[in-house]
Amino acid sequence: MKLPMPSNPLTALCLKLCGLATGMFVFAIWIMPPMYEVFCEITGLNGKTGGRYEAVDVRGADTSRTIRVQFVAFNNDGMPWEFGPEVRTLHVHPGEQVRIDYSAYNPTERDMVGQAIPSLTPFMAANYFHKTECFCFEQQPLTAGERAEMPMLFIVDRDIPASVNTITLSYTLFDVTDRFGSSRAAAERNSGRVAAATN
Amino acid sequence: MAHGPAKGLSRWLFTTNHKDIGSMYLWFSFAMFIIGGIFALVIRAELFEPGMQIVDPNFFNQMTTLHGLIMVFGAIMPAFVGLANWMLPMMIGAPDMALPRMNNWSFWILPFAFFMLLSTLFMPGGAPNFGWTFYAPLSTTYAPESVTFFIFAVHIMGASSIMGAINIVATILNMRAPGMTLMKMPLFVWTWLITAYLLIAVMPVLAGLVTMMLMDIHFGTSFFDAAGGGDPVLFQHIFWFFGHPEVYIMILPAFGIISAIIPTFARKPLFGYSSMVYASASIAFLSFIVWAHHMFTVGMPIAGELFFMYATMLIAVPTGVKVFNWVATMFRGAMTFETPMLFSIAFVILFTIGGLSGLMLAIAPADFQYHDTYFVVAHFHYVLVPGALFSIIAAVYYWLPKWTGRMYNEILGKTHFWVAFVGLNVTFFPMHFAGLAGMPRRIPDYHMMFADWNMISSVGAFIFGASQILFLYIVLDTIFRGKKATDRVWENSEGLEWTVASPAPYHTFSTPPEIK
Repeated sequence: MKLPMPSNPLTALCLKLCGLATGMFVFAIWIMPPMYEVFCEITGLNGKTGGRYEAVDVRGADTSRTIRVQFVAFNNDGMPWEFGPEVRTLHVHPGEQVRIDYSAYNPTERDMVGQAIPSLTPFMAANYFHKTECFCFEQQPLTAGERAEMPMLFIVDRDIPASVNTITLSYTLFDVTDRFGSSRAAAERNSGRVAAATN
Repeated sequence: MAHGPAKGLSRWLFTTNHKDIGSMYLWFSFAMFIIGGIFALVIRAELFEPGMQIVDPNFFNQMTTLHGLIMVFGAIMPAFVGLANWMLPMMIGAPDMALPRMNNWSFWILPFAFFMLLSTLFMPGGAPNFGWTFYAPLSTTYAPESVTFFIFAVHIMGASSIMGAINIVATILNMRAPGMTLMKMPLFVWTWLITAYLLIAVMPVLAGLVTMMLMDIHFGTSFFDAAGGGDPVLFQHIFWFFGHPEVYIMILPAFGIISAIIPTFARKPLFGYSSMVYASASIAFLSFIVWAHHMFTVGMPIAGELFFMYATMLIAVPTGVKVFNWVATMFRGAMTFETPMLFSIAFVILFTIGGLSGLMLAIAPADFQYHDTYFVVAHFHYVLVPGALFSIIAAVYYWLPKWTGRMYNEILGKTHFWVAFVGLNVTFFPMHFAGLAGMPRRIPDYHMMFADWNMISSVGAFIFGASQILFLYIVLDTIFRGKKATDRVWENSEGLEWTVASPAPYHTFSTPPEIK
């Protein structure tokens, strides 16, 4: 289909060029970020691990291999909580489900909401690290002085490349109190959409 | 209809004449060049010796940020647009630009953009201090309050550039004199046509990027904030998707200028005209697929590193074609060394040095060592100062007699060249060594081991700065006291612009010229 164009070639050219400029603006805001998101999800490029994992590997654990999983926890700038894993390192077999607890403590005198964001290295392992249960799927509200144990259950995929012997999973804890309002509101929102939440 | 310029201030405010607007662009960019140069000298004065001497670190960061922004968006880009305004209609035999009223507007919004940007220096919290690349989260979460003014200044500059570019494409494609086919156009016209398409394609991306920053800062989105599911690395990808074509926006018109000057003073036609056109087009195309070589260290899969490494190295091929063509043009030519030619030869030599250090940086494994060191600073100053800036200065000397009808003082011009040439190399060459030894960029204080190179750089910077004051004097001296120039000005100058009188009348080519 040919678009109707003004008969003056100058006006027609300028319209096309303005269209190109507008198109590139739209491309930058509405197309590039989702494209990047999808690209990273496929490749595991930015170390983001996937959402809740439902499938169960019927083959069970592969006891011939042992993978070392290291847990690292950081607080983002200005986040006052105490936050860390109960153990720093676990040795797991691919295919077995393992539980690790993180603890968080809000030492301040106000109710806050935290959000943990995962990042995993090496990137090539990101798509082989499955979480069946994770505190990072939702926001964590803590009232003043409250302490919480936060569980994470994960399975390292049996198909993980042979070159991977060590996986490092890092969590950075962000203060999202301003973004999500009071901890009560966050708790209500969480209970309403736990099933829908991704990381 | 009146045929002369209007009287008084309204001539400049309301003008739609391409020559008036070109002159305003050039004077504006010179003013910005001086301001950006003063910021650079503050940086070099602080770095003269290790330790904190003159300014505090936050102000130092404001200086590096503003120096970069002002030089890129305020000095180099408007200067090329000014040259395009002056020369394009005269080179293709057109009476004026295609869209003269928009031309006026695209110039007159620029001073407001830069007034806004510079006014942030006097705001509480200070000017932007996050580097000219304004990576998130430095420019969002940790930015000074004035960042919003920066964002709107960038919006306005972008709008100005896009309007200017649309005008240039419309002029070149619609206003050529009968018989001026595309492959008969001077190379400056060709390179500007390609540059204008690059501008239209990537300035909106920059506008989109700063819009996303604005949303993150004020409207609670999380494009670049990991806490809300965004990613700061996304910022770098979008920035360099704009940023890499942007560096070619600053160099392609320079290629056109050099391709006009060298044949004149070598008294031979340009060697390999059509290969020059195709090389420019391939450089423009490649500029869209190499952006990630600015961010090898963010963590990319090996396949990504390899792709961007080889694609980047590929750019050396069309660029090499151009350098060889210029050398072949000079080969066995009857060369003379007037000031524009001196600047052009320096361009060919020094731009090649900058290109070679670019090839070193393109090697992904080596880049992990060079990343964010003074080696990078040395590299991009070698391509931008003797590249973009020298070509603009060469263009001014080359066409100034046509603009003013008077000849500049050749002895002073050559003095300017030699002082600038020495100052430039003394400033930027030692930065290679400091960078290879590991000196990081954007720091106000440094280890004792870098002291000698930095002191030499600072001395060179002040010499280079002083030479530009001489440049201003030479231009003013030409305008007011220069000897009358002939219409053709140079012995062997070719092109339509030399067929009109000197100084060029207010209206040229009201009837299209004959193209042989």
